[in-house]
Amino acid sequence: MAQHARAGQFLILRLHEAGERIPLTISAVREDAVRVIFMTVGKTTEELATLRAGDRITDVVGPLGKPSEIANYGTCCVIGGGVGIASTPPIAKELKDAGNHVIGIIGARSADLLILEDEMREICDELYITTDDGSKGVHGFASDVLKKLLEERTLDRVWIIGPAIMMKVTSGVTVPYNVKTYVSLNPIMVDGTGMCGSCRVTVGGETKFACVDGPEFDAHQVDFNELMQRQRIYTAQEKVSLERFAEHRCRCGEGGHRHE
Amino acid sequence: MSGLRSTGAGAARGVTAMSDRPADVRIRDFGEVDIGLSTDEAINEAARCLQCKRPLCVRGCPVGIDIPAFIREVAEGNFPAAARALKEQNMLPAICGRVCPQETQCEGVCILGNRDAPIRIGAIERFVADWERANGPDLPEVAKPTGRRVAVVGSGPAGLTAAAELARAGHAVTIFESLHEAGGVLTYGIPAFRLPKDVVKAEIDQVLALGARLKKNHVVGRSIGVDELLSYDAVFLATGAGLPAFMGIPGENLNGVYSANEFLTRVNLMHAEAFPEFDTPVLHAARVAVIGGGNVAMDAARVARRLGAKVFLIYRRGEEEMPARRAEVVHAKEEGIEFYTCANPVRILGDQHVTGIECVKMALCGIDASGRRSPKPIEGSEFTLDVDMVIQAIGTSPNPLLVSLIPGLERGRKGNVIVDENGRTSIPHVYAAGDIVTGAATVIEAMGSAKRAAAAIDAMLKGE
Repeated sequence: MAQHARAGQFLILRLHEAGERIPLTISAVREDAVRVIFMTVGKTTEELATLRAGDRITDVVGPLGKPSEIANYGTCCVIGGGVGIASTPPIAKELKDAGNHVIGIIGARSADLLILEDEMREICDELYITTDDGSKGVHGFASDVLKKLLEERTLDRVWIIGPAIMMKVTSGVTVPYNVKTYVSLNPIMVDGTGMCGSCRVTVGGETKFACVDGPEFDAHQVDFNELMQRQRIYTAQEKVSLERFAEHRCRCGEGGHRHE
Repeated sequence: MSGLRSTGAGAARGVTAMSDRPADVRIRDFGEVDIGLSTDEAINEAARCLQCKRPLCVRGCPVGIDIPAFIREVAEGNFPAAARALKEQNMLPAICGRVCPQETQCEGVCILGNRDAPIRIGAIERFVADWERANGPDLPEVAKPTGRRVAVVGSGPAGLTAAAELARAGHAVTIFESLHEAGGVLTYGIPAFRLPKDVVKAEIDQVLALGARLKKNHVVGRSIGVDELLSYDAVFLATGAGLPAFMGIPGENLNGVYSANEFLTRVNLMHAEAFPEFDTPVLHAARVAVIGGGNVAMDAARVARRLGAKVFLIYRRGEEEMPARRAEVVHAKEEGIEFYTCANPVRILGDQHVTGIECVKMALCGIDASGRRSPKPIEGSEFTLDVDMVIQAIGTSPNPLLVSLIPGLERGRKGNVIVDENGRTSIPHVYAAGDIVTGAATVIEAMGSAKRAAAAIDAMLKGE
């Protein structure tokens, strides 16, 4: 996987025999290892967070999806929001290697949720930091910095990776400037190889499968409202699963009261 | 006719009674519908065989099983010999005995069918395979190693069949599977009540026992490069027809609309019926519309029924034109699936989540290219069904992911790989068979074409 992984691609993992398959973006490659960064939002990520170095998971498959469209465009801006920052270093790095002037913008709710700052600073020619609460960098959103940049100079390509609502708002900023903008979509997936259509998204009025046609698409063509609607299909089940896991952990895991 | 209850003349003449569990019992679980033949039933049924000098049944079998030979052994109670005779031509008999459309193949041409009822070849095949599984399998001989390497891409019916044939011939076979379980459509597609997963696993294990290696979680073209694939002495592409079609009607991306592939994969592969014991969820609906008239539509409808729904099946032609096996149609009806034939969905209703489906009635007129009466909408005949889930089972097309990445591989209009009668593609050492060539077809047709391609690969590797 490490040998073939390119910027923009993802992997799918399954923790154990009863596990679900979840997609995570490949955030870095080092020798024969790949890095993924995840936020604990549901049962599987909570369970993944309980693993320690040396623990094993049952299945990993990847790299999946089409790589980012890397070329020498001129000046490119790579924007990460929250855990979406995880996806930015490989894209920024490949753009830099292709000869682009690379501007990074990484934003989070607050300073303690900001990740990969040093890594991005090393790769990018310029790096801007934003926090919603003003605890670090610019007080505001990545879209504010992007807007300012576009007022001052020409950007040739923009990448935006983050929560769907953040990608929707931020990519709206580049519309009046007619800058080709990519977003990396994160719908619900099962197989990740184009067989189920769970991850279907509407792009330019056509149905696309994010797992094989994407995950990156032209932001200005994406139906973000539909994406957000489809991300909520299993909200009720996700809650059940998470509560059950939390209860199970209380009973037999965390506090040293291990049974059996 | 496998799976149908016998009635009338056939039963009177001693044709073995069918062995389905009652519908009201079986819809409460995912256990097998047909419990199979007892030893006495199998022997009695086999004893009816006329042992034709020129057996039509063998010609009706896509993999050319010597049917009279294994039936004769069963009639004499010699089950190990029957199993050996079966596996001479077919390494997946427990699977084929369950899912082959015998009524249009071996049993369809059985001479006894003219008089009362054909020999229940499929049920006997299943009996022999199940007997052998319970009593310890006896593996066919494997030739000594040739030192030639063969890559098989896909572990569905075609991939497993070619892997078995080539491993028996002494070649070093590596099977690449993209999912975390082998079996392809046998695993993610066909529900356990038609094909129990331990049966699939046992037959895959027998293929692996012949020496084929299985690499799961390997997506060829992504985690294995095309260059690496083409470096094998021979390549066999069996990536199937897993790309689901959608109708392209309004409302299709509402929450609660599934492709049959997704719905079935969530249950069969990921065990969503056991959520939250298993982590993968599937929506539970009170009223479900399934669109389509093939085996996959029947499977999806019957899974939805087992998840507790009232299920409507919508098909644009008449019931007699459904491509599904007759037995599956009968099973679906027994289980309370309500059929709306000569009807076609025009849009799916709802705001965020499905609330209904609007259909139009169809008149059947003229004969289309497929030889069936072509349906035309009747103006003003629209009607609405209140449903909270829609499953589209209107077909699948060849998986484009790998085959589109192989330079110089000739493909047809629908993305299918073009081959000659021996499975040769436009690239000399690359062969293909199964649904990636034909589009969605049956398990046994995929196996038949895989056997021919495997024979050609073996000849090529030995000829060099």
